[in-house]
Amino acid sequence: MMYVKAFLVGGIICIIAQILIDKTKITPARILVTLVGLGVLSVAVGISDKLVQFAGAGFTTPIFGFGIALGNGVKKAIAEKGWLGALGGGLTATSIGIGAVIFLAVLIALFAKSKDKS
Amino acid sequence: MPSDQVNKVNSAQYKKMVEEQAPKSNIGKDCLMAFLFGGSLCVLGQIAFDIAKSAGLDKDLASAVSSISLITLAAILTAFNVFDDIGRIAGAGTLVPITGFANSVVASAMEFKTEGFVFGTSVKLFVIAGPVVVFGTVFSVIYGIILLILKAMVVDVGL
Repeated sequence: MMYVKAFLVGGIICIIAQILIDKTKITPARILVTLVGLGVLSVAVGISDKLVQFAGAGFTTPIFGFGIALGNGVKKAIAEKGWLGALGGGLTATSIGIGAVIFLAVLIALFAKSKDKS
Repeated sequence: MPSDQVNKVNSAQYKKMVEEQAPKSNIGKDCLMAFLFGGSLCVLGQIAFDIAKSAGLDKDLASAVSSISLITLAAILTAFNVFDDIGRIAGAGTLVPITGFANSVVASAMEFKTEGFVFGTSVKLFVIAGPVVVFGTVFSVIYGIILLILKAMVVDVGL
């Protein structure tokens, strides 16, 4: 059941983004930044846990989930470390993913080359 | 078109010409593909999460494993230059999930390799994905500051 809900919710988020890309002049970068912002906001207003409980990876796999991780990280870090947590909490919580992306990108760049765009 | 005629094209006509030349996007098909690809990637993410969870990881680490799985998948597809071909069909379906983020970083790393590893790859790694990381971090710090203010005002924010 979770798989069905993850599929539907994740798919619908992608449809919304697709409509914005096709029908407006908003650049994809702005749409992605907005989704991250909405993720942080969902933590701030206290609905992120309910959303994730409902559809799991349907909410966490889209870049919206990056926002949820950032928001939750800040909240947790402030509780554990005090005010300094406001600065580091977001990056701490997302560091595994960002570390993986940077490492893989450099590793792959050692071996692979982009195709000529002709 | 002779050059004296080119000059007579006013901006309204030019706009019309551009619209005629621009690739027609079929929004129905685009949305269906975005839905199918986006939904499938979320199911893959959920499967990775469930496997990690059943291996004994807590919720946060299982989430990280789920992200890394999709990041690795996107990175490999990018390395073999097939991600773009899939992305052309899937549109937002591969852009919006974390695969789009991973692809943009790996693709930049590969593309700017020609300018050297230090001044190309490492400088321009986040040339596309930068806004997401920068704004995401800024949003999270703003949220943190708001939490601190609320806490100082003795509002119960669950801390």
